[in-house]
Amino acid sequence: MTHTDADSIGGRAIADIRLDFPAFDVTGGVRAPARLDSAATSQRPRSVLDAERDYLEHHLAPVHRGASAEVGVSTTLFEDARAEVARFVGAGEREVVWAQNATDAINMVALGIADASAGIGGADVAGLALRPGDEIVLTEAEHHANLLPWQRLAARTGAVLRPIPVDERGLWTIDDAVRAISDRTRIVAFAEVSNVTGFIAPVGDMVELAHARGALVVLDACQSVPHRPVDFAAQGVDFAAFSGHKMLGPNGIGVLYGRAELLDALPPARTGGSTITKVTMETAEFLPAPHRFEAGTQPVSQAVGLAAAARYLHGIGMDAIARHEEAFAERVLDGVAAIPGVRVVGPPAGIPRAGLVAVAVEGVHAHDVGQYLDEAGVVVRVGHHCAQPLHRALGLTATTRASAHVYTTADEADRFVDALAGVRRFFGVEQGVSA
Amino acid sequence: MSGLEGLYQQIILDHSKARHGDGPLEVMDAEHHELNPTCGDEITMRIRLDQAHAHIEQLAWQGDGCSISMASASVLVDLVRGIRVEDALELADEFRTMLRSRGVGDPDEERLGDAVAFQGVARYVMRVKCAMLSWVALEACIAKVRARDAS
Repeated sequence: MTHTDADSIGGRAIADIRLDFPAFDVTGGVRAPARLDSAATSQRPRSVLDAERDYLEHHLAPVHRGASAEVGVSTTLFEDARAEVARFVGAGEREVVWAQNATDAINMVALGIADASAGIGGADVAGLALRPGDEIVLTEAEHHANLLPWQRLAARTGAVLRPIPVDERGLWTIDDAVRAISDRTRIVAFAEVSNVTGFIAPVGDMVELAHARGALVVLDACQSVPHRPVDFAAQGVDFAAFSGHKMLGPNGIGVLYGRAELLDALPPARTGGSTITKVTMETAEFLPAPHRFEAGTQPVSQAVGLAAAARYLHGIGMDAIARHEEAFAERVLDGVAAIPGVRVVGPPAGIPRAGLVAVAVEGVHAHDVGQYLDEAGVVVRVGHHCAQPLHRALGLTATTRASAHVYTTADEADRFVDALAGVRRFFGVEQGVSA
Repeated sequence: MSGLEGLYQQIILDHSKARHGDGPLEVMDAEHHELNPTCGDEITMRIRLDQAHAHIEQLAWQGDGCSISMASASVLVDLVRGIRVEDALELADEFRTMLRSRGVGDPDEERLGDAVAFQGVARYVMRVKCAMLSWVALEACIAKVRARDAS
């Protein structure tokens, strides 16, 4: 059993882990800001930056093209990166497709199904096709990236979106899902971890429920893969998406996971060079997954960097990281509970929650809260976090979110709480709080 | 003055609560809804002009947003109610120039009045849109009236 508390992970001190991150180099006695916005973009360890730079300095060549030895080395590095990322999330090598980011990955699924519905891909992919009246079930808590592509797919096919509603805390239950999922359901899409509430979805139950009705499960894993152990094969999900820049890796790269037989059938949303077996002036035949989806020159240095990020996270241990970040959330919840006029969204204390906490301050807009915190040296995310339907359900336009990663300290959690305690006084709204 | 007090001058905090002009406007010549998609702040501006469409006779707004956007709308009402449409547009330009100055230069206090308090916003790139929200809505209202007059 590894020891975990707020200031160490698996026996390794956070102070030591922070030395791996150039962003935390402090010069001239300047106190580094408390960076609590990793759910938006995480900082990168030197090993990730070095891996990218090493590739660019020594191995840059057009992968999968030509016959030189250099191309061979570059291609090997590229495909090894895929294999490493695949292992990290419990996927086969052919089940990891490079995308620009998670948004792009979800769009690849939705657009591919739209193509299948339009008859592209022929009888082989008819099983993926949607017909008017078919239903796409998704929760009201979804990030716009896991909502808008499905709205578009519905508009293209005549399918209908059926939401799983959230309660006044932004939470939903498997019972809510049971009521929404029916024999007409073809796709069930949801986030494993909500980017606003920190709610951890019952993935196993959802997969069972969806598969019993013959529906596909699409998992938004953006806030889970970077922070906790994830095994897509064990979960049994059909498709999943996550981004590099939230998991200590580069921008410009993300992953579409799909079960191999589904990826081999899904029509590629984007077509072009290096996706094909045979091309005539009229037709094209596509490679099996993953290359059928990777049209044009790929983000190779980013793939190499992403593999380095997976290696770094694995080295620390995903179980230990999850416990560390849950401890951060508990510490913030404890502190915030003592501040009058602050409403916490998401699971109450004692219920599992990932390492992020979003709050609304009574009488003060989230942008003003964020500005005050920024001045106090605490960097958070303010706004609707690309989840407007969720905020509408909460009766809020915007919230203030603090989120953690491997490098986040207990002191940073306390600095957030301390700064938050001063907000209402500064904006002159302290009177009239119902405690 | 610290950065935060420079941004949130007392006059801004006061206006954000006083919200001059907050409310409906029954008889009007134009209305415009403006939204800041990054934060969800929104405002609906309504204006009534005199018969010649030369002066802003009355205006009012309804909205929801941060203290900067709400205070800016309140100050706007104080500044442009009763003035010539031309002058209101010039004032909007001047206000925009000040906000885009990144804090360099001296705004015309004589003309901008309380709006000078928003000079501190210029140093916060992410907040410029908040301060401009009501002014953009006003410009759009005027443009609608003029487009109608021209047709």
